[in-house]
Amino acid sequence: MKRLEAIAAIHGRLQDCIVVTIMGAVAAELQSLGHRPNFFYLQHAMGLASSVGLGIALSKPAARVVVLDGDGSVLMNLGGLTTLARYRPRNLTHVVFDNESLLSVGGFPTATATGSDIAGMAAAAGIPRTATVRTLDDFTAAFDAALAADDLTTLVAKVEAVGPAGFVTDLGLLENRFQFARHLRGLPETP
Amino acid sequence: MPVSVDASRIIYDALKACGVSVVSALPETWLVHLIRMAEDDPDMTLVRLAKEEEGVGIATGAHLAGARSVMLMQNHGFLQSINGIVSCAQLYRIPLVMLISHRGWFGERDPWQTEGGLVTIPVLDALRIPYETLDARDHVAHRIAKAMTLAHSTNRPVALLLGRDLMWEDG
Ligand SMILES: Cc1ncc(C[n+]2csc(CCOP(=O)(O)OP(=O)(O)O)c2C)c(N)n1
Repeated sequence: MKRLEAIAAIHGRLQDCIVVTIMGAVAAELQSLGHRPNFFYLQHAMGLASSVGLGIALSKPAARVVVLDGDGSVLMNLGGLTTLARYRPRNLTHVVFDNESLLSVGGFPTATATGSDIAGMAAAAGIPRTATVRTLDDFTAAFDAALAADDLTTLVAKVEAVGPAGFVTDLGLLENRFQFARHLRGLPETP
Repeated sequence: MPVSVDASRIIYDALKACGVSVVSALPETWLVHLIRMAEDDPDMTLVRLAKEEEGVGIATGAHLAGARSVMLMQNHGFLQSINGIVSCAQLYRIPLVMLISHRGWFGERDPWQTEGGLVTIPVLDALRIPYETLDARDHVAHRIAKAMTLAHSTNRPVALLLGRDLMWEDG
């Protein structure tokens, strides 16, 4: 499965969610499918997208938060999986696109290429719902199930190590940040 | 334990008075009472971190969602968090308020704290993070309020160093 196809398959569902992505390829692919004020692209700060998602999920329990993460980024903040599990925000769905690669910096393999299992580590960290999927149908079914389950989920989607040619878009980092904050603050406080 | 409960209470009350509703923390000796106060407060969201840098992400998420937060950590945790501070809080203009216990500084008895003590202020300066030290009870509330105001007017990180004279009761 290609990550772009996987994001396209859930793009409709993301309209009603608060979405935080990692940098580079994932951010550019989601933007190429259509930017929304409820999408925040955390460029550069490797590892912290899941922590930003946790901060939002705890502060806005009525919002459904989706983090689009990467294997290299998760590996840089493995302790964050234990923090996610500890607070278990039921409104957070953590999707990890595992291309077994640091794609955005030239495609060097990560440790998932030699067997490190992110869903296994997430489960061992205490995340209540985890899965690894390899096909588009399984991905969309598992994503929908995660939203419906209303519980913290780490969903690892094994994807091909391909992405867009460039990552800079005409959406400024701060433009995105302030637009997103304004959107988020306008949402209702309680479920 | 000679960590001052009274000073911790003054700090905690000042944070509450500023509207802080999220505290992310990684414990160290000087912070134990502050963390317990956050734990015992039903209106406070306390996030216990595995590594301090996560706290920068949590503060960012909380701020974007409209909540006021602070990070509680020792200076080695600040050193641990630097890329998050630069690549998340500074790049995205987040009013990150950090309360940092200044270990390894004048009066320090633990040899292992001393290298971090020496570099804390130079690193804050290198990052252009404004800071004040809290070292006497009578200025705590005022300096915390000013730090919070500056962080939110600049949309940038601001640090408060918790000094030994405030936090430690037997010198
Ligand atoms: C601390 C730090 N080290 C290195 C980089 C350079 N870098 C940018 S993107 C990236 C790879 C991210 O990998 P992954 O999360 O798997 O996402 P992918 O690029 O594969 O989509 C790296 C190493 C960085 N941004 N920050």
